[in-house]
Amino acid sequence: MTTPQTTATSSAAVLVLEDGRVFRGRSYGATGTALGEAVFATGMTGYQETITDPSYARQLVVQTAPHIGNTGVNSEDAESRRIWVAGYIVRDAARRPSNWRSERSLDSELVEQGIVGIQGVDTRAITRHLRENKTMRAGIFSGDAAAAPEKELLAAVRASAPMEGARLAEEVSIDEAYVVEPSDHGWEGEPKFTIAAIDLGIKAMTPVRFAERGVRVHVLPATATLDDVKAVNPDGFFMSNGPGDPATADAQVKLLRSVLDEKLPYFGICFGNQILGRALGFGTYKLKYGHRGINQPVMDRRTGKVEITSQNHGFAVDAPMDGATVAPEERFGRVEVSHVSLNDDVVEGLACLDIPAFSVQYHPEAAAGPHDAAYLFDRFIELMAGTRDGQTANLSKEPVDAKHPAEASQNTNDNNTEDEN
Amino acid sequence: MPKRTDLKSVLVIGSGPIVIGQAAEFDYSGTQALRVLKEEGLRVILVNSNPATIMTDPEFADATYVEPITPEVVEKIIAKERPDAVLPTLGGQTALNTAIALDKNGVLEKYNVELIGANIAAIELGEDREKFKGVVERCGAESARSHIIHTMDEALAAAGELGYPMVVRPSFTMGGLGSGLAYNEEDLRRIVGQGLQYSPTTEVLLEESILGWKEYELEMMRDKNDNVVVVCSIENFDPVGVHTGDSITVAPALTLTDREYQKLRDVAIAVIREVGVDTGGCNIQFAVDPKTGRVVVIEMNPRVSRSSALASKATGFAIAKIATKLSLGYTLDEIPNDITQKTPASFEPTLDYVVVKVPRFAFEKFPAADPTLTTTMKSVGEAMAMGRNFTEALQKALRSLEQKGSQLDFSPVPEWEVPELVEKAKRPTTDRLHQVQRALLGGASVEELYAATGIDPWFLDQLQLLNETAHEIRKAGALTPDMLRNAKRHGFSDEQIGALTHNPEAVVRGVRQALGIRPVYKTVDTCAAEFAAYTPYHYSAYDEEDEVGLHAKPSIIILGSGPNRIGQGIEFDYSCVHASMALRKAGYETVMVNCNPETVSTDYDVSTRLYFEPLTLEDVLEVIAAEERTGGVMGVFVQLGGQTPLKLAQQLADAGVPILGTSPEAIDLAEHRGAFARVLDEAGLTSPKNGTAVSFEDAKKIADEIGYPVLVRPSYVLGGRGMEIVYDEANLSRYIANATEITPDHPVLIDRFLEDAVEIDVDALYDGTDLYLGGIMEHIEEAGVHSGDSACVLPPITLGANVIERVRTATRAIAEGVGVRGLINIQFALASDVLYVLEANPRASRTVPFVSKATGVQMAKAAALIGTGVTINQLRSAYKMLPETGDGSTLPLDAPVAVKEAVLPFSRFRTLEGKVVDSLLGPEMRSTGEVMGIDKHFDTAFAKSQAGANNALPTEGKIFVSVANRDKRSVIMGVKRLSDLGFEIVSTGGTADVLRRNGIQATPVRKVAEGTSAEGEGTIADLVVAGEIDMVFNTPSGGEARGDGYELRAAATSIGIPCITTVAEFNAAVQAIEALRTYQWSVTSLQEHAAALLAATNSAKEAANA
Repeated sequence: MTTPQTTATSSAAVLVLEDGRVFRGRSYGATGTALGEAVFATGMTGYQETITDPSYARQLVVQTAPHIGNTGVNSEDAESRRIWVAGYIVRDAARRPSNWRSERSLDSELVEQGIVGIQGVDTRAITRHLRENKTMRAGIFSGDAAAAPEKELLAAVRASAPMEGARLAEEVSIDEAYVVEPSDHGWEGEPKFTIAAIDLGIKAMTPVRFAERGVRVHVLPATATLDDVKAVNPDGFFMSNGPGDPATADAQVKLLRSVLDEKLPYFGICFGNQILGRALGFGTYKLKYGHRGINQPVMDRRTGKVEITSQNHGFAVDAPMDGATVAPEERFGRVEVSHVSLNDDVVEGLACLDIPAFSVQYHPEAAAGPHDAAYLFDRFIELMAGTRDGQTANLSKEPVDAKHPAEASQNTNDNNTEDEN
Repeated sequence: MPKRTDLKSVLVIGSGPIVIGQAAEFDYSGTQALRVLKEEGLRVILVNSNPATIMTDPEFADATYVEPITPEVVEKIIAKERPDAVLPTLGGQTALNTAIALDKNGVLEKYNVELIGANIAAIELGEDREKFKGVVERCGAESARSHIIHTMDEALAAAGELGYPMVVRPSFTMGGLGSGLAYNEEDLRRIVGQGLQYSPTTEVLLEESILGWKEYELEMMRDKNDNVVVVCSIENFDPVGVHTGDSITVAPALTLTDREYQKLRDVAIAVIREVGVDTGGCNIQFAVDPKTGRVVVIEMNPRVSRSSALASKATGFAIAKIATKLSLGYTLDEIPNDITQKTPASFEPTLDYVVVKVPRFAFEKFPAADPTLTTTMKSVGEAMAMGRNFTEALQKALRSLEQKGSQLDFSPVPEWEVPELVEKAKRPTTDRLHQVQRALLGGASVEELYAATGIDPWFLDQLQLLNETAHEIRKAGALTPDMLRNAKRHGFSDEQIGALTHNPEAVVRGVRQALGIRPVYKTVDTCAAEFAAYTPYHYSAYDEEDEVGLHAKPSIIILGSGPNRIGQGIEFDYSCVHASMALRKAGYETVMVNCNPETVSTDYDVSTRLYFEPLTLEDVLEVIAAEERTGGVMGVFVQLGGQTPLKLAQQLADAGVPILGTSPEAIDLAEHRGAFARVLDEAGLTSPKNGTAVSFEDAKKIADEIGYPVLVRPSYVLGGRGMEIVYDEANLSRYIANATEITPDHPVLIDRFLEDAVEIDVDALYDGTDLYLGGIMEHIEEAGVHSGDSACVLPPITLGANVIERVRTATRAIAEGVGVRGLINIQFALASDVLYVLEANPRASRTVPFVSKATGVQMAKAAALIGTGVTINQLRSAYKMLPETGDGSTLPLDAPVAVKEAVLPFSRFRTLEGKVVDSLLGPEMRSTGEVMGIDKHFDTAFAKSQAGANNALPTEGKIFVSVANRDKRSVIMGVKRLSDLGFEIVSTGGTADVLRRNGIQATPVRKVAEGTSAEGEGTIADLVVAGEIDMVFNTPSGGEARGDGYELRAAATSIGIPCITTVAEFNAAVQAIEALRTYQWSVTSLQEHAAALLAATNSAKEAANA
């Protein structure tokens, strides 16, 4: 067995932030130039899931955990068909992976997929900078690219496209629909339900979570129409997570409205939550530095219980916190904020009270992250069952207690501020 | 839902004396708990027999009972105080066991006391092996597979399923007798064959071996709403087979994918729910098969543990504090995260650094003990370090151990040694890390060492990375910026770089600093910088951005005492914490530097700023520099943390750092033999004849001059390390030959040994003008037993007023002569009415907390203020910190009597043959902790001290007596008294004859050396093991009979009955036994004692004035 000595072959690399701050380190993965939005992710496990999460498209991800690559890369844990992060920023890259499932090193995987990274930089300093100054555009330059004057590098960063106004779902989505069968995921017997799931950057674990509960999932491209949806004769409709600015997702908002008009039960995750928000007539806004981690506390206001969740979002829905209100799109009836971030009071979930629809901003499918929120898949199944039986047309008959769970805390974290840009 | 309003008062049970496996971490957790309870407005009652704890400071509770933690005593406290609830989950296994006993015997029900933070059913499910297996199964997880068998055939059949190697455990045998690991059928037949015979039920448990698997631990919290969070994951560097407490551990887990980690998390949550831990903390240990990923649950602890303290320090998440709030009815989302202030405690901390904990052992104190590491914990302390990567954290942790040879050795390894190192590394010992790293350095492959040790290849590669870095340092030729930067990123100290480049440490430091290569200080913030942190809890790293904030006032830096070790434990941390509290109260900004995760001093709440750093010169100087550049430094305290900071005093002063309190020159005056002798001369004081030797010839000359026996020891040590009484020249020669560290800088000290002397210990304060004598302690054992292992009593019970006056005068003269500003500890010996000065230490001593608790005067706080220029006079008047008049030498006659007793760890250490090591006391200290018994009189106070030390004296039954010839005369009265009280006296040989001649009916038994008789009559050791003897009194006679005594003492130690080895202690025991039979045991809080003392002092004053 040969020990991969990736550090020996690495060259100089530099990370340049939009505001002119520069961090120098060594190259990691492929050499060259990577431009995108610099964001930090705080998970201590799950780097393989993170880099293959399509929601990270066009982003340069800073891993706050210092050791990255320790368990190598395997063919089971990827959340999509490729690495999506535009660039990768770590402190200490593993020289030698060690795990019984490891098939190759992360470094070689990054090289193979042409992902430019940087290692040996003060990732904590970068994180603090982004926290204090907001997420911003940045560039990683390694090899020959790193040799250029900083001024030129900065100009390249400032010339790159911002995340605001970026329409990316179609870029990351599949071209051809496919089906995930329950029988392939340990479900015995006939599928209980069928759903149409729009891939706006869907993670592999999401259809699996449905399938193992007996739900057949038709995964459809981001460009799917109402007819495409109806064609699979679904019991429910789902919209996934995905990258980009929700304000650009007019096509999906339109599709969702038409689905809701059909009274088809709806469940959305992440981008799917923002689209529900917009379909109901709420706005969305960009968080100062977002939520990206697997330790995020969310309260389910219906049960008063806290779940530790996996999150990855830079935008959020702007909806009223204090109890049920009639949606701006009045035909959809009343809606309430069902889940809220305990860190900064950001809206983490919406529940319609008069139509069968709900969504969450975070990731109940986890991967990476804790499984605390997996009950939401069951909740959707109940909603579909209720709708089919004609018993319930919505999630709950009574609105939840409007009182905010953390009553005393009026000190909203400054992440939850609309970006000035 | 807010906290419960029906609870008005709570009894907290502490963990008692420091023992191996249950140490200072429970003072840390207990102190946090008391603070929370007080803040929440409850009346707080505490029981803890350990005076060296912060939690037993009277201001932390409304009623503080320094009493033995036994169900009987705790019942008395409950009957007296009538608390609404008992909180037993913060005092280790001791508290939990006591709570279970109080539930079982109906006391909780009788007094209508609710158990909070735990429920009995949950505790039992967690602790009972079989029941816990059921829990694990119901959670859909696995325990190690096992079979109970009764015949060899069944064993062979089971082997087919379990596979080799296999653990064989006979049922119901004492101390694991007959257990073993079977690697093949031959082993199995042999071990099972014996096991079936040993087991009284002819029953043997066979269990699949998980030795060599990866080991993990998760620290969990649950609230009453069933919210569960994982506070921290911990990975053991050493695979399964080594106790977690003895293993190098790393946080967070570094070699798991998210899927594997989440599987552990899911199982842990399912188990905590199934066990039913209602509120509070618990930990769960897992083994993971490195080949397949199969997960086996090893065990869980339904309480705050040693690992919780580590996890709290590693993450900044204050587990004990939060567990206490949960027990009052709060939920996790209602409790703010202290560090971020804006976010709640219902989250999982995420780390952007690596934490490494390394154990500190004391095998050198028990040369007969087998140093193999097993599932029985043997380490006495630990150091923790944080770095931005594993290599940095590991090297910082190793130098934090402050032990010779603890740092990695990068000198070339000869090729021939490599196979030997690989072979040795197969057996886990304290040397394994070094063997593995050196084998890699010598050219062994990661694969070879993985096969030999089971240590994860990722960790092995990190050791390889250190070896490669060392090679680069060596070949760099000069101290180049690139080389230095890289070396520092992997934790190499200036000293290590110096050794590799043949430069003095100071030169490396000078060049490095001139190049601007300095550490930055990062913050422990629970959230990887996602939110701003409001607690300045820092660790150093060689990285880009520094986070130390500007401070308005110059800081006072307190250097802690590092990892706990025998001779330097929690007592020193107590003084550091007190100093910080007193100085903060006086308006100063304090900075704590320490590397011991078990302690209160490393709680980020204690000081204005905390630096979790090794206590080496380099690391301390960098902290000082960081404080200098952010607002200035007023000075550094080196006199509180024991020998660790004291030995830095001169170097710090040389570097221009102001030392607060006693000056380095004064310290040297006391430590240096010749200089100290002049101080004594000038004061007209006597010390035992002595000399200083750097060779055997020197030593022989001195010994001949002063006469044998002599006491020999190395200079500059604590805890009597290497101290021995030498009776003849042959032994002197052996001693010098074995003492490897003798140099002109570190000579051997030789003193005349005073036989049959009474030893006296004094702690005092001196400000340059006035003396405050804190307390005079009379040792119960005669001189020759290390003061740390000897029981002592305060106020002295047999010293006349004129002796006390002489002690007082001498103390003042020495304090003045040395130039003490603050604390001084002096040891005297009184022999034939001559007062000898044995030694003086111008620093906080081990007995400061005991004296403070016994007299109600907090001396370390006073010492800290003296260091800032406050006078004793002011402390008496303006500060009210010392009594207006009088001191520890003028206590009124009816002042309470306090007895300190040492707690010894002999039962933990086994010889290669599997017997416990000898329990004889000597001049080398071996105790790990202490308890205090306090009462109106000596006899009852002594009885309490023995009960507190888990050596409760019997009030009836059989007592075995066998003493050396020199002691026969002095024991007759005592033995007669016990016989009159109705005890059956059992004896052997000469002692039995003497007793019979004196009219004492002594039942004769066979000596150990005589062996079992033809009729099958066993020896005294057999009787002891069979539990037929209630107390052993055996004084060693030296020479041949020593072996007999050893067997006997080993038997008593292993079954845990009192074993008395000195006449002085025996006489005290007789008094105590008589008192136990005569008086009802009454409980009195420290607050009540203080009130009584004040009243007694006042009435004495009035009487004097009248």
